[in-house]
Amino acid sequence: MNINLTIIGQAIAFFIFVVFCMKYVWPPITGALAERKKKIAEGLDAADRAERDLKLAQEKAANDMRASKEEAAAIIEQANKRATKIIEEAKEQAREEADRVKASAEAEVEQELNRAKDALRAQVGALAIAGAEKILEASIDEKAHAKLVEKLAAEL
Amino acid sequence: MASENPTSSEYISHHLSNLTFGNHPTEGWTFAGGEKAAEMGFWAINVDTMFFSILMGMVFIWLFRKVADSVTSDVPGNLQNFIESVIEFVDSNVKSIFHHKNPVIAPLALTVFVWIFLMNSLKLIPVDFIPYIAGEMGIPYWKIVPTTDINATMGMSISVFFLIIFYSIKVKGVSGFAAELSLQPLGKYFIPFNLFLEVVNLLAKPISLGLRLFGNMYAGEIIFILIALLPFWAQWVLSVPWAIFHILVITLQAFIFMVLTIVYLAMAHDEH
Repeated sequence: MNINLTIIGQAIAFFIFVVFCMKYVWPPITGALAERKKKIAEGLDAADRAERDLKLAQEKAANDMRASKEEAAAIIEQANKRATKIIEEAKEQAREEADRVKASAEAEVEQELNRAKDALRAQVGALAIAGAEKILEASIDEKAHAKLVEKLAAEL
Repeated sequence: MASENPTSSEYISHHLSNLTFGNHPTEGWTFAGGEKAAEMGFWAINVDTMFFSILMGMVFIWLFRKVADSVTSDVPGNLQNFIESVIEFVDSNVKSIFHHKNPVIAPLALTVFVWIFLMNSLKLIPVDFIPYIAGEMGIPYWKIVPTTDINATMGMSISVFFLIIFYSIKVKGVSGFAAELSLQPLGKYFIPFNLFLEVVNLLAKPISLGLRLFGNMYAGEIIFILIALLPFWAQWVLSVPWAIFHILVITLQAFIFMVLTIVYLAMAHDEH
């Protein structure tokens, strides 16, 4: 245990190792550590942002959904109204048509009836005259009694 | 081995001797240990200390450089993860103690911590193992733990001491440093007293720094050697707990040396 040159040798070795460490070991490793730190920070930041974006997108989707639902409901309601209106119109038309048909049918019936009545009346007049001829056994001037027969027929 | 059947004291002193190369007064340039090494005076060098300290320094540089070469900020591999945790440990210590801007301090602290840790960890190799192999190869002495050589620890602490003086003068200027040494703690009327107190304070730093590491490692080494004197079947009872305890001591001493280095240099940067 005696002090000798080793003390200086050790100091020189120490110096060399420190210089080497300072130049070639410390900077790259701490640099990488700092860079990783930055990367992690950026990653966390990106994750935060993504989360925020997701939330926004979800809100937007929900809004869109609600809006389209409302729109759909409005459209359906409108369609319903329109359908009701069409049905009402159709009903009205049908009723009018039916009335018209009924009226024309009634008119025709009336006409037919009048025609039948006229025919009947004519036949009744002829029958009455024939009956009267038979009863009276005499010929009656058809022309002279036509007025009478018509009057009789009108009374029927 | 020094002799075929060494006594206990010969065995112990042999295991505590460095292999020294130098100019012996009577034998000329030669390798020696023990008494002869002491007779060589200052101009001799402890070959084993230098060899293992530089070897461990190379291991440190190689390992860390390997990682620094392929370092990535993406997912790190196992080795990179380990090295990063060491660096972050050192860095957080430096940041909590040293509040000035100096790019030297953190790499210095890392070197101190890892290098001393590696040198200390050589202690866990059984005490007879390497000296026996060296003995078989014809090398008479071979002490493997550089930090049990006072030259190694003082070499480092004196380097730190010069850094303290360098940064004191760089930050405060020569006059500022002189003022710091002479004008406190008692003011300008007690300059000689202040100077004496501050110089002692200053010199105590490297001496305590180097001697603390040396003392702890040397004492631990002596215990290992004493345990090795027991019969071989009984050694493990003591050597295993002592070695396990030394895993803590090794790390702790490296850590203390590092922290004190940072503290002293932080004090050198502080303006009073």
